Formats: sequence, C-alpha cells, structure tokens
Amino acid sequence: MDLTPKQSIPAAESTRFPDEVLERVLTLLKSPKDRNAVSLVCKDWYTADSWSRRHVFIGNCYSVSPEIVARRFPRIRSVTLKGKPRFSDFNLVPDNWGADVHSWLLVFASGSPFLEELRLKRMRVTDGSLEFLALNFPNFRALSLLSCDGFSTSGLATVATHCKNLIELDIQENGIEDLSGEWLSCFPDNFSTLEVLNFSNLITDVNTEVLERLVSRCRSLKVLKLNRSSSLDCLHRLLTSAPQLTELGVGSFSQELTPQQHAELKHAFGFCKNLTVLSGFWDATALNLSAVYPACSGLSFLNLSYTALQSQELASLLPHCPCLRRLWVLDSVGDRGLEAVGANCPSLEEIRVFPTDPFDEDMLHTVTESGIVAVSQGCPKLHYILYFCRQMTNAAVATVVRNCPDFTHFRLCIMNPGQPDHTTNQPMDEAFGAVVKTCKKLKRLSISGLLTDLTFKYIGEYAKNLEALSVAFAGSSDLGMQYVMEGCSKLKKLEIRDCPFGNAALLSGLERYESMRSLWMSACNVTVDGCKALARQMPRLNVEVMKEEGSDDCKADKVYVYRTVAGPRRDAPPSVLTFSSL
Amino acid sequence: MSVPLEHDYIGDSSMEKTGDVSIITPQQKSTTKFASSLSMNLKATELRLGLPGSESPERDDGSSAELCIGLPSSKSSVSRPKRGFSVAIHGGSGNWVFSPGAGGPDNNFSSPRNNPAAANSEQAPKDGGLPPQSSPATEKKKAQAAGSGAGPASKAQVVGWPPIRSFRKNTMASHPTPKNSDVVEGGDHNPNSGGSASSTSACLYVKVSMDGAPYLRKVDLKTYGGYKDLSLALENMFSCFTIGQCGSHGVAGRDGVSESRLVDILHGSEYVLTYEDKDGDWMLVGDVPWKMFIDSCRRLRIMKSSEAIGLAPRAFEKCKSSN
Repeated sequence: MDLTPKQSIPAAESTRFPDEVLERVLTLLKSPKDRNAVSLVCKDWYTADSWSRRHVFIGNCYSVSPEIVARRFPRIRSVTLKGKPRFSDFNLVPDNWGADVHSWLLVFASGSPFLEELRLKRMRVTDGSLEFLALNFPNFRALSLLSCDGFSTSGLATVATHCKNLIELDIQENGIEDLSGEWLSCFPDNFSTLEVLNFSNLITDVNTEVLERLVSRCRSLKVLKLNRSSSLDCLHRLLTSAPQLTELGVGSFSQELTPQQHAELKHAFGFCKNLTVLSGFWDATALNLSAVYPACSGLSFLNLSYTALQSQELASLLPHCPCLRRLWVLDSVGDRGLEAVGANCPSLEEIRVFPTDPFDEDMLHTVTESGIVAVSQGCPKLHYILYFCRQMTNAAVATVVRNCPDFTHFRLCIMNPGQPDHTTNQPMDEAFGAVVKTCKKLKRLSISGLLTDLTFKYIGEYAKNLEALSVAFAGSSDLGMQYVMEGCSKLKKLEIRDCPFGNAALLSGLERYESMRSLWMSACNVTVDGCKALARQMPRLNVEVMKEEGSDDCKADKVYVYRTVAGPRRDAPPSVLTFSSL
Repeated sequence: MSVPLEHDYIGDSSMEKTGDVSIITPQQKSTTKFASSLSMNLKATELRLGLPGSESPERDDGSSAELCIGLPSSKSSVSRPKRGFSVAIHGGSGNWVFSPGAGGPDNNFSSPRNNPAAANSEQAPKDGGLPPQSSPATEKKKAQAAGSGAGPASKAQVVGWPPIRSFRKNTMASHPTPKNSDVVEGGDHNPNSGGSASSTSACLYVKVSMDGAPYLRKVDLKTYGGYKDLSLALENMFSCFTIGQCGSHGVAGRDGVSESRLVDILHGSEYVLTYEDKDGDWMLVGDVPWKMFIDSCRRLRIMKSSEAIGLAPRAFEKCKSSN
C-alpha cells in the first residue's frame, strides 16, 4: 500500500470529511490502540492517521523497521521503543543480542528531524548514539532510558550540552558506565527548561552547587530524583528552592543529623505540599524517616524498596500517608509491616514487596502468606500485586482474591523453585486456579511454586483477558502450554523458562503467535528442528534461537519468537540463529 | 540476500507458506579475538599484586617487568598458588544441583561497560535449584565466572532467579543493611538470630577501578578470606592492563632501574590499593582487620602511587621496616 499524498476533497462529496477536519478530530485520540483502530477503517482514514500521528509506540523494535515507520508516519514527534526480551533484565539474554537504537536515529534524522521525544526500554544505546541524537534533532526535548545499556555518563554530557530545549532527562535502572558526575555541569548556565530530572541510577557524585543552581533556575521542575550519593544537606537546600515538586527521589537517608538539622529538614519537607511521589531512601534510619512526614499528606506513591525498613518503622510512617495508592517495600518489614499496611491504607491499589536478600537462606527477612492476606483484608481496592516470598499456601491466595477480586496484575514469586504449599505439601495449582476464576479482569499473571498441568488448564479455561503470562519451573508436560495457547485468546506476551515443554507445545501456538507480541522459551525441551518447523509454517514470524556454549547441536536453549513485518533481522550476533522461510 | 517483503496486516500477504527454512547469519563475527588476546597473559608485562619485597612463587621465568601493588601490612611473602576461578560448590539438600565450574580468568572479560550484569554473572550461580531435566550448561557457564573458589559451600544457583533486576540486586548487595542490633519484635525475627554480628546478606559487591584501565570490575568481598586472597584476585583481574609500562620496577634491588622508576622503587610498588570507606574517605588497604575492612569498604581503587602521595608514605615506612 502506498501513501497517497494529501489531496483535497471536492466539496461536492458531502459524504467525506475534508482531510484537515479529519486530522483535527484524530489528534484528539491519544491512545495508540484507538489510533490503530482508526487506521483500519478505510484508506482515507489510514492516510489521515498517518499524517496526524505524533506519537508511536513500538513494543518490539524488531517487529517493524525504522524505514517503514518513518515512511508511514512522516510527522512523528515522539517514539517509544522497546527492545530486548524482558528476561534480559535477569541476564538470560547475551550482551550483544541487538536492539541498538542507532539505526532508528539515522532514519529519523533524515526523515523526521523534528523528533522531540524518545523513550527507550531495554535497548542498546551508545554514547555515539546519544551524541548523534543531541546534534541532529534541534527540537529534541525528552529522553527517557529504562533498563538500557551501552552508554556512559559522557553520553549524558553531550545531551546536556547540546539539547537546548530539554524538558525531560530520565535515566532509570540502566547498565550505564558511570565515569563521573561531570555531565550535570554541562547544562548551559542559562538553561532553565527542565521539568523532569531523574538520575537516581547514577553512583558518582554530581556537583551539588551546580545541581542547586540548576534546580533554582528551572522553575517548571516537577520531577527530581537524586542519586544515592546526594546528601541530606543538599536535599534540604533543594526542597527549599523547589517546593513545587510533585515527584521527589531523595538520596541516601542514613546521614546522622543533629536535632537542629532534623528540624530544618522536616520544615523544608513541609513546604512541599504538592508531592505525590516519594522514592529513593537508600539506607534510611527510622529517625530520619520521620523528617518526611509533613510532605506525606498528599502522597499517592511511596517507594521504599531500597531501604530495609523494619515493621515498626513502616507502621509509624503509614498513618501519615492517608491517600496512598501505590506502595513498594522490602520484605524486611515482615508480616507485621504488611498488617500495618492493611490497617492504614484503605485506598491502596498496588503493592510490591521485594526481597531484601534474594539469596539469604536463613529467612531472617521474609514475608509469608499472612502478610499478603493482611494487606488484602485492609485494601479492597488492590488490583496490582508483586510479591516475593519464601512460603505460600493455596488457601491464603484464595482468601486474597476473595477479598480483592479486581486484580489486573497478579505476580507471585515463591523464591524456591518448585516449592509446594507448605502446610499441605500440595502443588500450588489451586492457588492460581482461584486467581483466574475470581479475577475476571486479570491481564498479567506470574506464577511460581510447584505447579502441574492443572494450573495451565485453569489458566486456559478462565483467564480470558490475560495478556501477559510469566512461567518458571512449572508444568508436567506439553499439555500445559497447549492449554494456554488454545484458551487465552488475548495473550500478547508469554515467557517461559525451565519447563518441560517441547516441540509439540511450541507448535500448538501456531494460530496464536501472529496476534502476540512475542514468545520466550528457555531451558525447555524445544529443539532446533521444532523451531525450523515453526518458521517454515509461519513466515511472518521471526524464530530466533540462542545457543549456549557446550550444548547439544539439536537443543534450542533459548527461543524467541515474534511477529514482524520487517523480515528476519540482520544484526544478530553469531550466537543467535534466525530461522526464516524467506 | 533479498529485500524483505513488506507485509501489511491490513492486506493479504502473498507469501508462500512452503519453502526451505534458512538460517540467517549475520556478517560480522563476534569479537572473540578481544577475549583471547587478553588471555595471552603476556608474562613480560605482568601486573602483579604482591607485597613489597616479596616474590610470587609462580613467576619462575624471572620476568623483569612486573607491576606490583603493595600492601603495607606485609609480614610474610605470598605463597599461595595462583587461584583460578573454579567454583567449589557442594550439593546441599534436595533439588540443588552441583555445578562444576572450570576455566580461568578469561571468562571474566565480558562487555566493558560497567554493567551489573557482568557482576551478576558472577553472582548468579548462587541461588535456587534446578529440576533435574534442565541443562546444566546455563549455570556452568555462569558458574565459571563466580569469583575465587573459597566461597561458602552453598547451593548451586540458577541464572536469573529469583527474577530481580540487576540494578536492584546490586543496590542491595553492595550496601547490605543488616539491622544486627535489633530488638526482637514480637516474633518478627527468628529468635536465634539474636544480636548476631554476621551480616545477613550473602554477597558484598564493590567496584574496583584501576587508574588507566578502560573499565572497572566488581568483586565480592565476602568470597575472600583476607587481604592476600583479595590481592591475588585483583591481580588476576587486572593483569591484562599492562599500561604500557615495561621496564623493571617494583622490587627494590633489581638492576636496570630507570630514573623515573626510582620513586616507585622507593615506594616499593607502582600501584597502591586503596578503598573508599563509609565516610567517603580514601584509605589505604591493609590497616584494619579484614572483617572491619569489608564492613566499611564501599569501593576499591588501584591507584598509581604517584597519586597516592598522602597515603603511600605509610607503605614506604612499612616497606622500609620490613626490608
């Protein structure tokens, strides 16, 4: 299909909108899903959407090529790109796998140099790419890098130096080479447009004077997330000069303060009446934590997941946060701490409990099934849970979903693979059965513990709205995966590791893969022949196999399957084999 | 190679569904050359972590161009054999699988970026077990990079499990927050944990930088028994960075010393091992007991002795007194 250049519609044709009107109407549609639907109506609407689309979201950078995107959307201003499979966050994907953003930048520079915003997740970004970005897109204003790798603080320096209109610089959880904090000093002295600054990922110190001057210049600054090495003195001064902040990430909170300093800090927090998000808090002491109380009355999201709070500390803090909707903590708070959550947070919608020490076998810090039940009893609006624990029971999970039937995201990680219900020694099948039977709106599910094919039977039968499923160390046979592929018609992302699913299971999804974003299978029983068979029958899929050193030639150690209109990719490293029927 | 056909989900594809399956291989090879050149272990320009005045027992070929990193508290010469990165893991209970590691330091030269993933590949083989049918190849490869052998005899660990992002793992690992002096809160904690001084975290990763090296490394201080282990491990890690400074130096009393090396000879070493403590001060490694050191060490730096003017004199004193 070729894009027709814009044509004006003869006025006599009253059955059609003039293009300009149609485009104006379409610009009011923001959601990508709505826009995609619009573009399918007819050619005119497709064209109008193409010319008026300003933001494009690409969930898998290899599903389409930059050339196709640039050709279809010539006036694009904002791009969100996701690259590597999610399991790359857990070191399951080789470093040089791909997802390099540079080819995208080259195409955009020639076709759409008016690019303003770039949001990348799990992409490879080099300093060279950052420099290219800074120098070739004069209107560039927002950069967000999440879980990316390949760049260093030098790259950030070039962005700070050259992007005169920068509004957003958001650097989160990346594999960044942290050479120095000099980059912050690269913002020009008259630069004042920043609204979002997040450098919590970085370890090296930035110049506090430079930071303070920058913050006081940028009167529109709304989001400021400091890194760990930022001191409380600096924080105090920043709060005093930027009370308009809505999101604040503090630095380390362990510094010893005199009573005077503590009072001053607390007073400064009192200025910040607009805070809705609070995070950071590496190594917080109980005493220091009390300094933030004055700022908590409007807080909706509190992220304490980098400091090992005890239950009492959390219990003292929570009554100051009556509007809390999202809470992230470490399991150091224990079941007691979670009881405090249930008692103090009636509006809570999301809770994430991370492990303080994932490899600690002594169970000194842990939460159990009681904790999650306590939260569900006090927080009926709960719809998102991520829970790392070392023991769980079927009955507890059933109770949780009875209390909170509106779950959209249920992610339970029992950290010992293949662990049964610790009171009955039964598999955890009934737990997840209860989840899918009760929670009709469930979109994302992560399962763990000892699980047989029965779990998958339940999922296939009941989880009709499921879009993302994450499976590890589960299942008894190919049937497990088959149930899911046959039953979950809305499935978009499936990631599986260490399960006894083989070629039959892989091929059972033939009808499903083109409507999914991707499939990941690692350490299963799939062979290279199975992958070839899949590729042969489904030419619009890329079937990639990552081989491990020393494994059998016929084994497909890691398989990544995704739909694409761009054909097989050519930038894969030698350890990645792409099967294609082209 | 043919231009890929464009498909469009609006229209029909005219692709045939039959046809041979081909494997698309990319043009470039991965740069395994890089790793192999590093493993050449050029004897002539070896970096050696040794105590001033001591000789490493393996260097029998009498290589004259050795870099030494001096430790001040030298009492005896280093006599431990060079340690490879084998993993000594013994099966625990139940599901845990023994994963033998093999191979030397070569495996550590992964990507040069300062990515916790590189460190995590060392840390990964520590947790979880495998159901018997999973291939051990995955964790074997990672187990090879697991740092020096005398770690606590622990269960084999599964790569990428539990599923926690590197950033979070490393943030918690390098700064463990054990609340050792807790009052037991009504059954919150295991009563046996009491006021035990042992840290509850299983690893303590700190960054190690070396002046002039293109990238940093990470080491788990918990896996070393003492300063000697640490210095040997660092020696292994940084031996590839020759810095181009050949010519003899390091041990006093050698012949052919150039003038520019004289200062270094006096100090007894080209490099000094320093660390940053909790207060942010740079201290010389070796003064305090090992346990105290790992509690307070936040990062390590192998500093050129020319930069360590404030620190090095102490090494010089001790070197002088031990000579």
